[in-house]
Amino acid sequence: MAITLKKLATKPDLLTGGHRACAGCTGSNILRQILLTAGADTVVGFATGCMEVVTTIFPFTAWKIPYIHSAFENAAATISGVETAFRALRKRGELPVDREQMNFIAFGGDGGTYDIGLQSLSGAMERGHNMLYVCYDNEAYMNTGIQRSSATPKGAHTSTAPAGKIKQGKEQHRKDLTKIMVAHNIPYVAQTTPFHWRDLATKVEKALTVDGPAFLNILMPCTVGWHFDTAIGMQIAREAVETNFWPLFEVENGQYKINYKPKDKMPLINWLKQQGRFKHLFKPGNEDVLAELQEWVDEEWEKLLKLAGEDGPTKPEKTAVGTQMTSKSKESKVTKGT
Amino acid sequence: MKQELVALTGNDAVAYAFKQAKPHVASAFPITPQTEMMHKFAEFIANGEVDTEMILVESEHSAMSAAVGSCAAGARTITATSSAGFALMWEVLYIAASLRLPISMAVVNRALSGNINIHNDHSDAMGGRDAGWIQLYSENAQEAYDYGLMAFRIGEHPDVRLPVMVNYDGFIISHTADALYMLPDAAAYDFIGPYKPAYSLLDVENPITIGPLDLTDYYFEHKVSEMEAHNKAFEIVRAIHEEFGHLTGRTYDFFEAYRLDDAEIVLVILGSTAGTAKDVIDEYRERGVKVGMLKVRLFRPFPAAEIASALSGMKVVGVMDKSVSFGGWGGPVFTEIRSALYQSLNGMPPVHNWIYGLGGRDTDMNQIAEVIEALREIAQGKPMDPVNLLGVRL
Repeated sequence: MAITLKKLATKPDLLTGGHRACAGCTGSNILRQILLTAGADTVVGFATGCMEVVTTIFPFTAWKIPYIHSAFENAAATISGVETAFRALRKRGELPVDREQMNFIAFGGDGGTYDIGLQSLSGAMERGHNMLYVCYDNEAYMNTGIQRSSATPKGAHTSTAPAGKIKQGKEQHRKDLTKIMVAHNIPYVAQTTPFHWRDLATKVEKALTVDGPAFLNILMPCTVGWHFDTAIGMQIAREAVETNFWPLFEVENGQYKINYKPKDKMPLINWLKQQGRFKHLFKPGNEDVLAELQEWVDEEWEKLLKLAGEDGPTKPEKTAVGTQMTSKSKESKVTKGT
Repeated sequence: MKQELVALTGNDAVAYAFKQAKPHVASAFPITPQTEMMHKFAEFIANGEVDTEMILVESEHSAMSAAVGSCAAGARTITATSSAGFALMWEVLYIAASLRLPISMAVVNRALSGNINIHNDHSDAMGGRDAGWIQLYSENAQEAYDYGLMAFRIGEHPDVRLPVMVNYDGFIISHTADALYMLPDAAAYDFIGPYKPAYSLLDVENPITIGPLDLTDYYFEHKVSEMEAHNKAFEIVRAIHEEFGHLTGRTYDFFEAYRLDDAEIVLVILGSTAGTAKDVIDEYRERGVKVGMLKVRLFRPFPAAEIASALSGMKVVGVMDKSVSFGGWGGPVFTEIRSALYQSLNGMPPVHNWIYGLGGRDTDMNQIAEVIEALREIAQGKPMDPVNLLGVRL
């Protein structure tokens, strides 16, 4: 079924306003968009992190659906327990409200997912629980004060890998968690951003429909940690895709599919220079780091094209994946892997 | 109630008890000597004797985390562990208790690393004594089985709603075949009854938020409510002990008073060593020496008043600790007992401590006799250090 703004707009908002997210936060937007598609028959579990902290502070909660937070590294294991309880209680006809199906969604930031919670996530995916794990990836430990994570891109300034007189921020490229999840051979894995609302909603719908575990990696531009104006979070998300820094793709039953290919690829530096975390890279002497980052993005894109079977000579397709909310965005054109 | 006399290892006995409770969900990760308990339980599922859903997780941290999720969803949930696995759960033990989730866990007591050692002592469970769980200690397979049943009643009671650890000594109890009486399945389940959770994450028509951020303005009050649940647990445990006694003929109390009535010299012991001590005490009694034992069953919450009242007026007390509190003054049982006696109005006997059996070092009858001999000398006025070691090369 085609996803339209009109339809999404009629859905109840399951995350109330009045929570404590920062001005310009794209994370709460991610949560609300996911819940528009998931609906009220959903239990969410959270890893410790910024979205957990800002949505629940006793005696308040922003959640209009059942919610559990246990610890930092165990959101996947916790939700796997909830999902198992659902099956066990349903089998004996003991559910508190009768439901054939419910959605079980675990959320973690990149700290709770790429790093401290990776084992718990891997275990839950391998066990095949009928659950969706969503990583809201803001590329550092924002909740504890912008420390580097294994999702932080090379060259970014963080509190634990700062730019200084002799160091230029993080020294390693980020880990490719999405591909690690693909290697679990689960039915559905995808990447998206909050700007690409139709792409996001489509992916949430698919992820919740498949029989078995699904994983979504959602880039979450962070005004505080990335140092950009609070007004431009969505633009940063859009341009992360336009530069190929964060490609939109999905892997359904092992089959890679690129959901959007920029017509005119935006140079990476245009994206980097809007973010204070990369400011130091524009000082004289760091040209090689900028060049290396562009090279890395290009290489990763080439690898992705290959995985999607699109590495032959092809014309870039004209696609629009829920771009401007005001524009007449068409359904994303699907380029099937060969 | 007609009961069957069977020969089972402690692990199998507890697996039976847990099966009889018909849990919805079991999560577990293997660790010696807990493994066979979960093997047996998996066998019950494979043979259709119980329809529990198992979550075979990738670590004990996830075992306890999945148990938290499952129990918060309203499912009767069991798990089991030992030693390092217990230590890996430690963070989540506190969460399970704070969220007031009555998970039942078999803790097959084993020494903590390092160096790695698979044998019995109490350092694992003692390391979690402040986590908010109810802790029950068993002397033998019978007690482990009985507490395996009672754990559900105690933890799930609406006035308690706390997770429960059924402790039994690794290998000594877990792997040794022992004679015990078992209730028929139906009678056991009648006693336990179905789990009626106060809240469930699966009640999507009444959504709740579990585990919010809880700061300076409320956290303290929530901790106090957890303390109050422990205080409430005393009367609930007593009532369930009584009901279980009527059903089975096996009487339980917070502690077992063994030949304590007219005793002058008292040993305080947890777990299987109490069995050895009973034989030694009997021998001394035959020689006219007034020795008795207080075997602690309920260690959390700690029945301080009852224990103080049982021990005050004694000539001398020897507390045996199968774990060590490094840098502390004596083992954890010793400090609890001494502290309980401090306010005793009927006279505070001298209390001495023996750290024993670490890493499964065998504790034989001669060692128990050694402690009794030392206590006799103390009773006659001989000065001795309060904290001592037993059965170790110095």
